[in-house]
Amino acid sequence: MSILTKTRSEIPDPGLKTMRRRPTAFAFSVVVLSCIVFAAVFAPWVAPYNPDQLDLFNVLSGPSPAHWLGTDASGRDTLSRLIFGARTSMLGPLIVVIGSTVLGIALGLASGWFGGIIDAVLSRVFDLVFAFPSLLLAMLAVTLFGKGLAAPAAAMTIAYTPYVARQVRQLVAAEKAKPYVTAYGVQGFGTPWIAFGRVLPNIVPTVGAQSTLNFGYVLSELAALSFLGLGVQPPLSDWGSMINESAGGLMSGQVIPALVPSVAIVVVVIAINIFGEHLSDRIGGKLPS
Amino acid sequence: MTKGGLPRVVLGKIAVLVLTVLAASILVFFSMYLVPGDPVSFLMRGRSPSPEAVKAVSEQYGLNKPVLEQYFNWLANLLHGDFGRSFQYRENVSTLLASRAGSTFWLVVLSGVIIGVFGLAAGMVAALSRGKVADKAILIGATGLAAVPSFVGAIVLTALFSVQLGWFPSFGSGQGFLDTIYHLILPAVALALTFIALVARVTRSSMVEQLALEHVEVATSRGMTRTRVVFRHVLRNALNPILTISGMLVAGLLVSSSIVEAAFGLSGMGSLLVQSVDRMDFPVVQAIVLIIVALFVLSNTVVDIISAFLDPRTAAGTGAR
Repeated sequence: MSILTKTRSEIPDPGLKTMRRRPTAFAFSVVVLSCIVFAAVFAPWVAPYNPDQLDLFNVLSGPSPAHWLGTDASGRDTLSRLIFGARTSMLGPLIVVIGSTVLGIALGLASGWFGGIIDAVLSRVFDLVFAFPSLLLAMLAVTLFGKGLAAPAAAMTIAYTPYVARQVRQLVAAEKAKPYVTAYGVQGFGTPWIAFGRVLPNIVPTVGAQSTLNFGYVLSELAALSFLGLGVQPPLSDWGSMINESAGGLMSGQVIPALVPSVAIVVVVIAINIFGEHLSDRIGGKLPS
Repeated sequence: MTKGGLPRVVLGKIAVLVLTVLAASILVFFSMYLVPGDPVSFLMRGRSPSPEAVKAVSEQYGLNKPVLEQYFNWLANLLHGDFGRSFQYRENVSTLLASRAGSTFWLVVLSGVIIGVFGLAAGMVAALSRGKVADKAILIGATGLAAVPSFVGAIVLTALFSVQLGWFPSFGSGQGFLDTIYHLILPAVALALTFIALVARVTRSSMVEQLALEHVEVATSRGMTRTRVVFRHVLRNALNPILTISGMLVAGLLVSSSIVEAAFGLSGMGSLLVQSVDRMDFPVVQAIVLIIVALFVLSNTVVDIISAFLDPRTAAGTGAR
């Protein structure tokens, strides 16, 4: 939800400091994220079964030594689908976060460095994109270009770019006013060298921390699209579509197949948020404001 | 304050509002030209392109006319309340919307009330008991709740309150006003969860900031009761950030309502949007996207204007803060 991102970057939140400074919370987030990244990368070796293998004699079996988290309505192993689902569920947000960060840095740098008409035009464009909530833009993109991961990821990248760009623009404007930039200019160094070689490295950590926080929002938004049947398409396993496929079984008391991916999403988003907040707090402490 | 004072600020905001919505309409209309191939085949995807159907679509969008004229015709129709015809329902989009907007309206209102009550209460309690157990519990709770997307909330609430306890219906809209509201309670809570956490955190930090200021100390030292200080001096001054996010809340609620409505089988504007995206019913998608964008921009403008009235220093960001 883009509105959360906006608020996060705009409203200082001293309330979270007590949480951020907790080493246990940070350690928890690191452990959780490492485990999930490990499972996602090495999915074929970690998962006990083939995630797409149907076993119609073993449908909706509860947790057992053979199937730790039971099976779904088609007899597929829930744990294996969870592990393979981590790949698609994390790949989307990764693409969006990297894409919007790179684009946002480029546009924000141009806007903050040159100012004037470039800044004015870009700012209006950002304002227009801000008017489109990211999930809405993704739905429009799906209507135009079809279901799957590509269209929503592209739309989401566009929707998140202005948030990054605006932050970069402010940071660049602040950096540009510092004596070291003038000093380099006086010594005859070129603008591109100062901008990319000297200013950029100073702002990247702050921007990176904010982008880490975006990851959680993008993850839940893309999962929402899959849940609605508009994102990642079956038979690919994805946490959102796993919930979608198992929602019907909820009525008959089959809670586990829907609950497992739900818990996975919540745990990852919590871990990412704690991790990102810790990061931005540490970096925020180092940078002179 | 800028020259001309508040009226000028208000007029400026309204001008920006109109321009933004116009720009958004241009984007939404011409988005169909981003798709490779000609617009007719895009609009007719997945449908039998009978000559009559093609003719009807071409007429609806004026596709035989110059591009700019197409847009202005479409815009003129919009302003007359004509949003075109839905492909899947063979009905006017405005008729479809009229029959479904009510459900979404009540869902958003109910959710907004839940968010307001619980978010503000939790934020205030946390701020007033800063550093104590209650504060820590609320902060941990908010961190967890913020990570619960509405569809996960829907799944968990259905599993708990519909299937296990049987307190609430898990599906459908219900009939009559009270039954409708009863059917909306669980969806409204699912929609509210993330935003409760957001409002609680913003309220807390905003109040903590205010509590540390001198005017609060002065008020207390003048012998005012704690309640009076909190409500008249702290909360009132802490309102601005809360107001700012409530503008953004509207967009979040409207967009997320589509997820919740789909999850609970409610027949509202949001589930219509999801269905229309699914069935490539472009006229409906266009209309709903534009309506949500317009409502979002409108609510942000209203919030800006209200906060300009509450605190003229914030008007137009004159740097007087």
